[in-house]
Amino acid sequence: MIYVHNICKDFGDQQVLTDISVNFEEGKTNLIIGASGSGKTVLLKAIAGLHSIDSGRILYDDMVFNELEEKERKLIHKKMGMLFQGSALFDFATARENVRFPLDFFTDWSMAEKNDRVDFCLARVNLDDIGNKFPSELSGGMQKRVGIARAIVMNPRYLFCDEPNSGLDPQTAIVIDQLISEITHEYKMTTIINTHDMNSVMAIGEKVVFLFEGKKEWEGSRENILYSDNKPLNDFVFASQMARMIKESKS
Amino acid sequence: MIKKTLELIGEYILLMKRVFTKPEKWSIFWKQYFVETESLGLTSVALIGIISIAIGAVLVIQTAYNIENPFIPKMYVGYMVRESLILEFSCTMVALILAGKVGSNISSDIGTMRLTEQIDAMEMMGINSANYLILPKVVAVCVFNPILMLFSFLVGILGGWLIVAATGMITLSQYTEGLRFAFNGYYIVYAVTKMIVFSFIIVTVSALYGYGPKANSMEVGRASTRSIVAICLLILITDLMLTQLMLN
Repeated sequence: MIYVHNICKDFGDQQVLTDISVNFEEGKTNLIIGASGSGKTVLLKAIAGLHSIDSGRILYDDMVFNELEEKERKLIHKKMGMLFQGSALFDFATARENVRFPLDFFTDWSMAEKNDRVDFCLARVNLDDIGNKFPSELSGGMQKRVGIARAIVMNPRYLFCDEPNSGLDPQTAIVIDQLISEITHEYKMTTIINTHDMNSVMAIGEKVVFLFEGKKEWEGSRENILYSDNKPLNDFVFASQMARMIKESKS
Repeated sequence: MIKKTLELIGEYILLMKRVFTKPEKWSIFWKQYFVETESLGLTSVALIGIISIAIGAVLVIQTAYNIENPFIPKMYVGYMVRESLILEFSCTMVALILAGKVGSNISSDIGTMRLTEQIDAMEMMGINSANYLILPKVVAVCVFNPILMLFSFLVGILGGWLIVAATGMITLSQYTEGLRFAFNGYYIVYAVTKMIVFSFIIVTVSALYGYGPKANSMEVGRASTRSIVAICLLILITDLMLTQLMLN
């Protein structure tokens, strides 16, 4: 479980996050949604320890992550996996080497054991034949899947995904969503996904947090999202013509 | 301006604190060390070789042209070429050339990794990215560049020899006599010391500019340019200080 309590963050004069408190539940896909510039990425990166916060607390189970020493934070980092918006695969390494990278650093396994684990993770994301290709030789969807394989190779307890569907066609986006959801349930991870894709929300969002201008505006399940009377949320959810038509036909 | 400079010095100290820690695994460090030696050192050999041979030849022509007094022995051409190469060209000038090649390479590589969140990905895994990315570069360049400097010196001498052989402006025996005249071994120590210090500046300053946050690809380019300007200035200032310290 991850709990953020009253966190605030600013960049100079610009207040990006204001007094946000959320409980991200274990074994579920928790989604942070909101328009561009609403503070989703900053919140996700703050939770993951990539941005410092100005005030508040971030708790991993019962440990206050933002008050830990460097060494203790490192231990928690080893339990995290992250899929970045642009995949963030290392250009200097092949897909296999990318997935193996954390194993090289943090295990004393033999090369055969590491390769077995890499094969398993690549197979888990339905990639069997691309191991020796470099990231630039892979499609966007493949890069995302390699990114997921790398994120899960150390059996993390916490999985963070920053806009996993950005730049992908709708079909590939569904595949990636389903993969993240399956992995979350299979390994009982606490997964936090940052997205503005309503298809993802409706497909895999077990808990949804809506950010508006750096504040938590709404929190609930995907079932409730369509029936909320929160105006900023409605403006966001029903921004597209198709969504408005569906709402009108249902009402 | 002063505030910005002080901030930059503070960032540099904090970055160096992260760079100079014990590597997570020595086997990974040594692997990276050899990779960096190849990409930052060996790939510069041809460039330095070509420039040094040309400079050696030009030094011979210019020195011979300027020694018109019949009372000054012609062997001084070889002597002047040797002293110019070892005292200034093969260390300071070569370091300035490498600042452009190696410095921009490091700054843009690390800057691109920052922009594409590859550095964030390492930090997420619990890896000290500064240590993993920068320390092997520092060690590789500080070990290889003095070798490159000695190579530049020898190739420069060879360049002079070739032009003497080709033009006959002085005899080869006069040239070699000048090369051997009043040789001071301490100059080699001085030049190697300077090169080690310059190499440290090249890698750490370019890494500092590359490592900072980047909003877009233009910032990567700007950081690379700024790093080269800063490195060149620091090399020239350090050159003055070391010369004063070591030769006076």
